[in-house]
Amino acid sequence: MGAVGTGVPRKEAKDKVTGNIKFVGDYISPGLMHARLVTGTYAHALLKNIQTAAAWRVPGVKAIVTGKDCSFLTGAYLEDRPPLAADKVRYYGEPVALVVADSELAAKQGAEEVRIEYEPLPAVNSVHDALRPGAPRIHENLGEYRRVKPVFPETNSNIADRVKVRKGDMGKGWAGSEITVEASFHLPQSDHVAMETRCVRAEIAPDGRVTIHSSSQAPFVIRKLISRYFLIDTGKITVIVPAVGGSFGGKAAVQLELLAYMASQAVGGRQVKLVNTREQEIISSPGRIGLDAEVRLGATKEGQLMAAEITYLVDGGAYSDIGAVMTKSIAADCTGPYKIDNVQCDALCVYTNHPYTTSYTGFGHASYTFAIERTLDMLAKKLKMDPWQLRRMNAIAPGDTSPTLTGLTTSNLGDTGKCLDRVKQLINWDEGQVVTGQDGKIRAKGLSALWKTSSTPTDARSGAILTFNPDGSLNIGVGAVEIGQGSKTNLAVMAAERLKMDVGKVHVMMEVNTHAHPEHFKTVASMTTFMAGRAVLEACDDIIHQLLSMASIVLRCSPEDLDVAGGRVFLTDNPNMYVDITELVHGYKYENGNSIGGQVIGRGSYIMRHLTEMDPETGKGNVGPGWTVGAEAVEVEFDPGDFTYKMLKAVAVLDAGKVINPRIAQAVVMGRMNMGLSLANREGLIYSGSGVVENASLRDYKIMRFAEQPQYTVEFIETPQIDAPYGARGLGEHGLIGMPAALGNALSAAARVELNQLPLLPETIWSVKEGRP
Amino acid sequence: MFQMLDIGPLELNVNGEKRTVVARPADTLLYALREHLGLTGTKNACETGDCDVCTVLIDGWPVKSCHMLAVEAVGHQVNTIEGIKGSPVQTAFLAKEAFQCGYCTPGYIVTAHALLTLHPDAEDEVINEWLAGNLCRCTGYQEIKEAVLMALGR
Repeated sequence: MGAVGTGVPRKEAKDKVTGNIKFVGDYISPGLMHARLVTGTYAHALLKNIQTAAAWRVPGVKAIVTGKDCSFLTGAYLEDRPPLAADKVRYYGEPVALVVADSELAAKQGAEEVRIEYEPLPAVNSVHDALRPGAPRIHENLGEYRRVKPVFPETNSNIADRVKVRKGDMGKGWAGSEITVEASFHLPQSDHVAMETRCVRAEIAPDGRVTIHSSSQAPFVIRKLISRYFLIDTGKITVIVPAVGGSFGGKAAVQLELLAYMASQAVGGRQVKLVNTREQEIISSPGRIGLDAEVRLGATKEGQLMAAEITYLVDGGAYSDIGAVMTKSIAADCTGPYKIDNVQCDALCVYTNHPYTTSYTGFGHASYTFAIERTLDMLAKKLKMDPWQLRRMNAIAPGDTSPTLTGLTTSNLGDTGKCLDRVKQLINWDEGQVVTGQDGKIRAKGLSALWKTSSTPTDARSGAILTFNPDGSLNIGVGAVEIGQGSKTNLAVMAAERLKMDVGKVHVMMEVNTHAHPEHFKTVASMTTFMAGRAVLEACDDIIHQLLSMASIVLRCSPEDLDVAGGRVFLTDNPNMYVDITELVHGYKYENGNSIGGQVIGRGSYIMRHLTEMDPETGKGNVGPGWTVGAEAVEVEFDPGDFTYKMLKAVAVLDAGKVINPRIAQAVVMGRMNMGLSLANREGLIYSGSGVVENASLRDYKIMRFAEQPQYTVEFIETPQIDAPYGARGLGEHGLIGMPAALGNALSAAARVELNQLPLLPETIWSVKEGRP
Repeated sequence: MFQMLDIGPLELNVNGEKRTVVARPADTLLYALREHLGLTGTKNACETGDCDVCTVLIDGWPVKSCHMLAVEAVGHQVNTIEGIKGSPVQTAFLAKEAFQCGYCTPGYIVTAHALLTLHPDAEDEVINEWLAGNLCRCTGYQEIKEAVLMALGR
């Protein structure tokens, strides 16, 4: 009755193809109040005056909240952000006020009537602008901000955090380098574009209990922050998250929830709904980091990598939020999956007057991977070496150490070389990287290897509570959110496998309720299967123990003589002697009425093991339980006449450890590959000279459309991670990480020019080729 | 032509049922379906006509419901995802794993269902044109294409 590895359809599939599944915004009630954000129209300006009189005159407007009404600053590591701008706005689209009304229309009309007077300030429009001596200070009081977790802001600067990685001896590394190559890179900020815009409802009961419904990846963090900022006991706060309509890291940030709470408070605790328009989703709520990078690599003539000196400048936008955490994560994995003994990396989270940023699929890894993998192709060219061969000979392996000096094993690393070998076959690399057709069009391929570890907090935890229904079916209670990644189904698969029962008899619910479900850190970092999976397996073992001990009394034998499978507990040596679990799960009742055992309730929990913070001077530390490694390739058809191109093929081979559910794993990785190509091919926020975002709508911010995608191939190899459930490594976002680099390498080869920026529009290729700025 | 000057009752024919809603002249069909009739299977994702997530069928043809007023639907047959039951498109989407978060899925199902009805012999070019308007951020589009081909019997 094996369930793991068999390809089980999503539990919620039927609800999704019939429109029956409910997202937060699908709750309709006549009593609901509606809030609307008023957002700033300058990237950097002093707030001189906010006039609300005209807004108050709109019939139906019940409350107007401004920055004066909230006295706290918020942030994930560094508390630098007012929930509503108070003295000045620091990015275009920053929330300034909130209008609460008895209808969506009145809230909108009210918001349009709020008048804001500004005194414009010079805008910091890039990370290089931000680091220039004499640059305008975005945060005048940077030194006074409260640090919630390790973060190192530099006073009198625009630097929110600086992370250093020092490995080996750079003098030795450069001395041993016969060939060096260096390059700089520029990647713009971009947006998650989840199809469901962020949406929240908040209400406060007469006794002070708070209920928040949110489209979020982090219900337990919402609970913590509502408690921290509004001084409410966590036990009096319930956060409920139903299915989420795509998130990609964006909904791990806590933003609208704080505002919705204030809106509810302003109307006497009535339930208030706050939903982003698409424009607010793109500019007002946090998006994806930008990255400027400088990479210098040294190698022997034979191609052995000797030294890497790297500077990553993260455009975190106006507030640090998760941008600072991503800076650490980027630094920890800074070289990509290569053995380099001498590494120096400085990663800075830089403030600009751009929209602030948060986690995004790949957690910054796609950005730095673009820089590293492009530099490797440039190095290969200089070495007159095959780019695949260069990667293969330097691929990191068990016995090596990570940039932060974690010892690598087969279990915590997997097999990078094997991924590269298989990708080489699948993309038909040996045909030649560049092939010119008779029509003059150029077919070219590009490669990228990739790796990522979790970068979770050292005490990230999860839990599971398993209960039975009278029909012997199982309910899984976990705090992990269903965001489209199929985790709930994967947990059901693992429980079915461990309890040897039909996966159809394992029930999951889409909703997470912080009051009812055990805490799960956040649904991020592709860690749900790992963390919640460990908890579920422990809970299954707890159930097995209870079933065996109860059945041993009923069957008058030792528990060691028994096994559980197919809904029965039976004698291992004589399966005909059994008791049906429906007779056990709510306590066993003898014929005379005597009862024993009571309800069978499975309990499991997991906490990260052996993780440490990074040393502030050297970066030394253990930042995740294991890596997922992989290799990817892209093939394009490039027209040298007009610089247009078609993406023909994209291939990913990832070391999954163990594929729990091939159906979902294939689909999720392919989807992330598509997102990575969309990102690299066309996406990026466009700013005016004064920092105003000029493409804040889906009309102007283009993502990949149907029929533009290449032919995708996804394969997995399986090197088990011993401490992971059934050996399964984190899996999902990794599909995105190598795509921009592979596309950049393919197009650079096709166009015979070094393309070191994104997005790779035909105009980009043309302007680089023509040497235009 | 039906004229509407102020808030008032509208009779709509939705999923084969006559339904009365009290709407404003400026209420979109999307708003009326969701807020007045509770038909929340039709989702809102941009309200600028750029994503086709809110697609419904008007007399069998796909229309962005954010770009149509409720009053304009009077006298027409409106079909939403809730009115499409047992379509081969749904079976194919299930078989091909052609959705993840499910938010854009109703728009795809409704559009592809109309394609199946109106162009049962659709070639690749027609399929691509019909579905190019719908945005999805979770899938690789490849599985959606496979599902539509499967529903078309190919």
